[in-house]
Amino acid sequence: MSTDSIAAPRSNSAQSPKYKRNKGSNSSFEMVAWLFMRLSGVILIVLIFGHLFVNLMVGDGIHAIDFGFVAGKWADPFWQIWDLAMLWLALLHGTNGVRTIINDYAERDGTRMALKTILYIATTVIIVLGTLVIFTFDPCPPGAVIDLPSFCPVP
Amino acid sequence: MWSWVGHRITGVVIFIFLLVHVLDTSLVRVSPEAYTAVIGAYKNPIMGLGEAGLVAAIVFHAFNGLRIIAIDFWKKGPKYQRQLLWGVLALWAVTMIPFLIRHLTIVFSNFFGGH
Repeated sequence: MSTDSIAAPRSNSAQSPKYKRNKGSNSSFEMVAWLFMRLSGVILIVLIFGHLFVNLMVGDGIHAIDFGFVAGKWADPFWQIWDLAMLWLALLHGTNGVRTIINDYAERDGTRMALKTILYIATTVIIVLGTLVIFTFDPCPPGAVIDLPSFCPVP
Repeated sequence: MWSWVGHRITGVVIFIFLLVHVLDTSLVRVSPEAYTAVIGAYKNPIMGLGEAGLVAAIVFHAFNGLRIIAIDFWKKGPKYQRQLLWGVLALWAVTMIPFLIRHLTIVFSNFFGGH
């Protein structure tokens, strides 16, 4: 038997099913999201490995972390920008990952919408809160006495 | 398939910790006492083991993420995906061993040694 006699599966015969893509939107959002996961992932490896190394491996490790430690780091714009980038990228990367998981497992439309609404609210609150904390932080708050960084004036 | 499951589970765990971690760090805006008190909870040995688990999850997610990128963008990636997974696990072990020695030494010596 010759293989020539078998029609190609997706030939334009009358019987061949029309391949229907969802034409709901031409938006490239999903493609941008897919690319964002890979780009932000690579940057986050550098940011988070650096964060873990400086905070857990150097000096006294986690035991050295107190108010003065954070104040000392954020006195330097380098660490402010580092932490700001980490905050935004990690939250957007994580939110998009959880969005994908919700889309995969929550089958009812209402459930999916509700879960994603909660997710987006949580993400917005945490990003705004974290950003405000980095930029409105006062390393020498008035009235405070313990664990202050060494550069604060002695009360 | 199991690497995919592992990637999802570690991803969700890291995301939940991230939400909590921004909240605890935000206490620096309340008062030095509030921050230092809460961060003190991260220093006991049980939390120290939890941090080790969290870092293990982060390191797996990071290296497996690089493997996913290799599978997506490198022409031979899909063909070598299994070998790449062994590479991920090897790199994970190579990273975790020195981390665990250092971190657990700090956590346990400060707890039992006191100062």
